[in-house]
Amino acid sequence: MTHPVSLRAIAAAAALFGGLTVAQAQETIFYSTQLRPIEEATKVREVLLKGLSGKTTYVVDEPPAFAVRMKAETQAGKRTASVVGALHGELQPHVPADLQPVDDVAAKLTDRGIPASLMDLGKLGTGQQQYIPWMQATYVMVANKQALQYLPAGADVNSLTYAQLQQWGKNIVDKTGQRRLGFPAGPTGLLPRFFQGYFYPSFTGGVVTTFKSADAQAGWNALKELWAVSNPNSTNYNFMQEPLLSGEVWIAWDHIARVKEALTLQPDQFVAFPAPAGPKGRGYMPVIAGLAIPKDAPNRAGAVAVIEHLTKPQTQLATAAEVGFFPVVKAELPADLAPGIKALAGAVAATQNAKDALVSLLPVGLGAKGGEFNKVYMDSFQRIVLRNEPVKDVLEAQAKALDALMKDTGAPCWAPDKPSQGACAVQ
Amino acid sequence: MPARTSWIPYALIAPSVVFLAALFLVPLVQTIWLSFSAGEGLSLENYQRMAGDLNFALAVKNTFLLTLVVVPLQVVLALGMATMVTKLDKGRDLVLWVLTIPLGISDLAAGLAWLALLQNTGYLNSALYALGLIQGPTGWLSQETPVALFFAIVLAELWRATAIVLVILIAGLQLIPKEFAEAAEIFGAKPWTRFTRITLPLLKPSLQSALILRTVLAFEVFAVVYALGGRNFPVLAGEAYVWQNDNQNYGVAAAYAVLIMAISLAATAVYLRVLRTRPEQLP
Repeated sequence: MTHPVSLRAIAAAAALFGGLTVAQAQETIFYSTQLRPIEEATKVREVLLKGLSGKTTYVVDEPPAFAVRMKAETQAGKRTASVVGALHGELQPHVPADLQPVDDVAAKLTDRGIPASLMDLGKLGTGQQQYIPWMQATYVMVANKQALQYLPAGADVNSLTYAQLQQWGKNIVDKTGQRRLGFPAGPTGLLPRFFQGYFYPSFTGGVVTTFKSADAQAGWNALKELWAVSNPNSTNYNFMQEPLLSGEVWIAWDHIARVKEALTLQPDQFVAFPAPAGPKGRGYMPVIAGLAIPKDAPNRAGAVAVIEHLTKPQTQLATAAEVGFFPVVKAELPADLAPGIKALAGAVAATQNAKDALVSLLPVGLGAKGGEFNKVYMDSFQRIVLRNEPVKDVLEAQAKALDALMKDTGAPCWAPDKPSQGACAVQ
Repeated sequence: MPARTSWIPYALIAPSVVFLAALFLVPLVQTIWLSFSAGEGLSLENYQRMAGDLNFALAVKNTFLLTLVVVPLQVVLALGMATMVTKLDKGRDLVLWVLTIPLGISDLAAGLAWLALLQNTGYLNSALYALGLIQGPTGWLSQETPVALFFAIVLAELWRATAIVLVILIAGLQLIPKEFAEAAEIFGAKPWTRFTRITLPLLKPSLQSALILRTVLAFEVFAVVYALGGRNFPVLAGEAYVWQNDNQNYGVAAAYAVLIMAISLAATAVYLRVLRTRPEQLP
């Protein structure tokens, strides 16, 4: 029995570590920040990685620990992981120090039908492919069916506007006395992405250039009204599925992975639908997880085999069915998906196909400053909405911080902002 | 045997000195270095960013407020509990064991336990609802109820960390010879006089240790606050965590760490000076 892949792996590893045994050389360590919960990790180990020759060990870690370990292994000169899986934004700080280009892998995968826009994101602003898109997700709204009776007259959940969402929340306050709209504004919640992918594009048609525009000021005032009918515990929420399942919140916006449990546990109780639209359109942000190969990976051939396997259409479909992340390759979702996953897939499709859809890409070229980029939006939120400071003054002050950050990194504008020569500047 | 005793003490403390140097001094120097390095060369940029941040003043205020409220309350509570425990004839060990249970629980677990009590759907609200005192789930830990949140954190901290003061004070109380109190009693001193004139002065070294330990830990408070309030109640250690993990700016995080250390060292110096005990005052 010959396995060209594992033979290559042995050869490569043997060249690197002459003294290592064959058994160790065959092992490929797959280190990931995604699919961490034990149920999902088990699915990866027992279903998604099945069919690979050679031993693949799937190891998961929290994103901050991932960042530290990647850097530490580079500094120590001893790499353990051969292939890493993480979000676009989590891989970005590791270019170019900790990752090696994977142009050769990209060339092998041209028949997969991964859209060019996604492959471009995988270059992370450099000239070479840094990661291969692995799976994608986005953010949706989820509502408890009890809330539907309070929908404003004439409103359709699939084409909601921010004004209608506010009215909906207000109707619920008026009728039940409780603020039941919820946002993940807690310490590890994804509210920064709401501002960058939803709120700013919908209200201003941009993310950076329009930061302090008149449209932005109007948007923040609308958000203050929205917050007045939102649950005050929102600043404690990290995963909206928890307050949704406990009934504390009836309408929520969050990443599909963070509301999935509500939909899979009680598919009859919840509905999923696209985020609302603002004056400039229905802003939405796709989330991309990628597979990359670290510098000095002990088993590069094994890593390439893992990437090839995970991007196969049938593995991609299995990923959607088992863990609720959607394919990056051309593949039709099967009809027999679980009802919760099906509802999410429906909401994602409704978002992507909405007439007024306005796609907002992930920030590119911010490098390790991605955290501080989020901070600009969260600080604005904290000052304007939570501390009730004057909108115009706060935006002026935060725009300076944002401008400095952009100049510092030299990051050019990304969609929906118009392309720029040089660093993206606040207008 | 002067020749023999001269090196033995050094040999005995050598392992701990090496341990501290490797695992404490080296990271300490690295942290200080990190906090002063920004871009190229040394600068105060990280400290300027720290002081200019919108949560900095609030975090300083909250940390000091929490320390000033929690530490004195804990000392008073622990003194009372320690005095009672030493007076017990039967079941002393059992009582002591129960009182020190919170010591065996991690900070975060304690915070989560209190969260289960105090959150909207928690036991407190269930009890209040059953008694007819509230109409429905009421939030105590949100950004809109800062006073309730502060008291929740104080309560959780009292529950979690009073026992460490208690243990130190009980050890101190046991060192005080009974003869002093008996003599004072013969001369007609009332219990309160005996407590303030004999017990308290002789307990000073233990009080000093307990205060230093608790105050330093109070300035580092993090997990309980984080579990109960998230970032609704910013504290210094929490901000350091946010700068390190969320903002990924290690320099500013290091500046926070150095600030916490400076405050702790200053507090320790104050205690060492104010609660100084001369050798002749020892029992």
